[in-house]
Amino acid sequence: MPDTRMKQVVFHLRRYEPGKDREPHWEQYKIDSPPGMTVLDGLWKVKELFAPTLAWRSSCRMGICGSCGMLINGRPRLACNTQISELQSDVVAVGPLPNFGIIKDLVPDLHPMFEAHRELMPYLIREDLQEQDSPTGEYWQTPHELERYLQFSYCIKCGCCMAACPTMATDPQYSGPMPLGQAHRYNSDTRDGGFAKRRELLEGGRGPWRCHFAGECSQVCPKGVDPAKAIQMMKQDLVFDLLKLRVRKPAARLVDKPCGKRREDIPAAPPRTVTG
Amino acid sequence: MRDRTLWTWHIFAGAVILVFLGLHMTIMHLNGTFPTFNNPFGGEAESWQNVAARARNLFFTVTYVVMLGAALYHGLFGLRNILLELDPGAGLRRSINVALSVLGLALFAFGAWVAATAPGVVSRMGG
Amino acid sequence: MESHAHPNRLGIRGWVGGGRWGFERYLYTLHRITGLGLLTYFLLHIFVTSARVFGKGAWETAMSAVSGPAFKAGEYLVFAAFAFHAVNGVRLALIELGFAVGRPIEPIYPYATSVGRQRPLAIAVMLIAGVLAVWGGYNFFFMD
Repeated sequence: MPDTRMKQVVFHLRRYEPGKDREPHWEQYKIDSPPGMTVLDGLWKVKELFAPTLAWRSSCRMGICGSCGMLINGRPRLACNTQISELQSDVVAVGPLPNFGIIKDLVPDLHPMFEAHRELMPYLIREDLQEQDSPTGEYWQTPHELERYLQFSYCIKCGCCMAACPTMATDPQYSGPMPLGQAHRYNSDTRDGGFAKRRELLEGGRGPWRCHFAGECSQVCPKGVDPAKAIQMMKQDLVFDLLKLRVRKPAARLVDKPCGKRREDIPAAPPRTVTG
Repeated sequence: MRDRTLWTWHIFAGAVILVFLGLHMTIMHLNGTFPTFNNPFGGEAESWQNVAARARNLFFTVTYVVMLGAALYHGLFGLRNILLELDPGAGLRRSINVALSVLGLALFAFGAWVAATAPGVVSRMGG
Repeated sequence: MESHAHPNRLGIRGWVGGGRWGFERYLYTLHRITGLGLLTYFLLHIFVTSARVFGKGAWETAMSAVSGPAFKAGEYLVFAAFAFHAVNGVRLALIELGFAVGRPIEPIYPYATSVGRQRPLAIAVMLIAGVLAVWGGYNFFFMD
């Protein structure tokens, strides 16, 4: 029998009002929690009953959009993807994702992460700029080649990995697990020819060399993207490239388009048998 | 040099240290298990006869110098990692790089001189 | 790049923050601490052992300066730190060169991660380092 009892939980929320508070502080709200209630549902309840000015970011409430990454009971998670019952505690402590600035209450400033993401060129880079800007067709790719990056392409950019990473805790120069993982997602795509361009940034101090495999990013990732795996594979790629061991293949070519001519030996349709 | 190259050498130096420092630790600290293993006079590994005998052996001279270089590089690069991850700022970042390089080279020169010099030679020269 | 919002980086607390985390996080912290300890010892070691160029007398003076139970215990700590740092270093080299994290997979809940994939290696590291530390300890305190 599933547990259908209503229980009371206390939400400890990290509040910060810019221009008013000098430091963030904790506030407590007690609410009723039916089974199946998510932390995001709880936040709505608190906002409705006690704290109308409470601010956070959320949108899809089903783990797709990546807006509601928060520090929940000490661990970065998606508020919509976390049921209160799975925390196994009567206290739900929610703070903004650490290692990002706080804009207000639970809203982190994700700009630095997206800036690092942008700098690593997370898109297919082709030698033919004309084709890159105005594509005329598709590129060849086998299912096996797809599997080499598919897992990393499920990333929703929620920032949980950045909040869990010990290097991010002190070093704003480090690109971080999400941008590096996404750079590897494109480096390992056979349709991409941008390895040399991304290498400019990756072989320097902002690249994967500040990762020491504490493994946190992969443990907290709500989509199973495993950024730590991508970063280690990226290191292998870059070191093999340095030692001249990396196998270089040209980027996949365009799929031949249908030539548009009708075959001549196709017989004509038989005459109609039904009239009227 | 870019971080990629430095990091690759860091791993390579680690492998070198693993072999030679493993040997060093076996000789110095597992001498109870392997009593005469390169302690030609037996007994304490750090007794003067054993130390002097190893110092006159070309194999040990060469491996001491290799290990010295590898360990200095590996250790100071690791320290640089930790210091740079503390976000010291651009100016201090440069000073850290220069200071650690100078420290490493100076200690390597000193250590290599000790390893390549016959034991007790300075006292015989009246130094 | 730093944002203009209220700063919320964890700082060094974020390096050691274990508790709710996987045990690889402790290995990461321990690897750093043992690394710093070994480096400190090594720099002193270069100077102490350089006494040998001054002959037997100087060597024996230097050795007696670093003898006694406190130094012996300290030396044993260095040995144990080396055992851990070396074996964990082999694990890290394998992982960071991309050999022990597996290939990309289809993420199906509950997610299998590269951390789980290398977990047997991490357990083996602890066992081997433990055996080496006990072996060394026996040699240090009962056979010397």
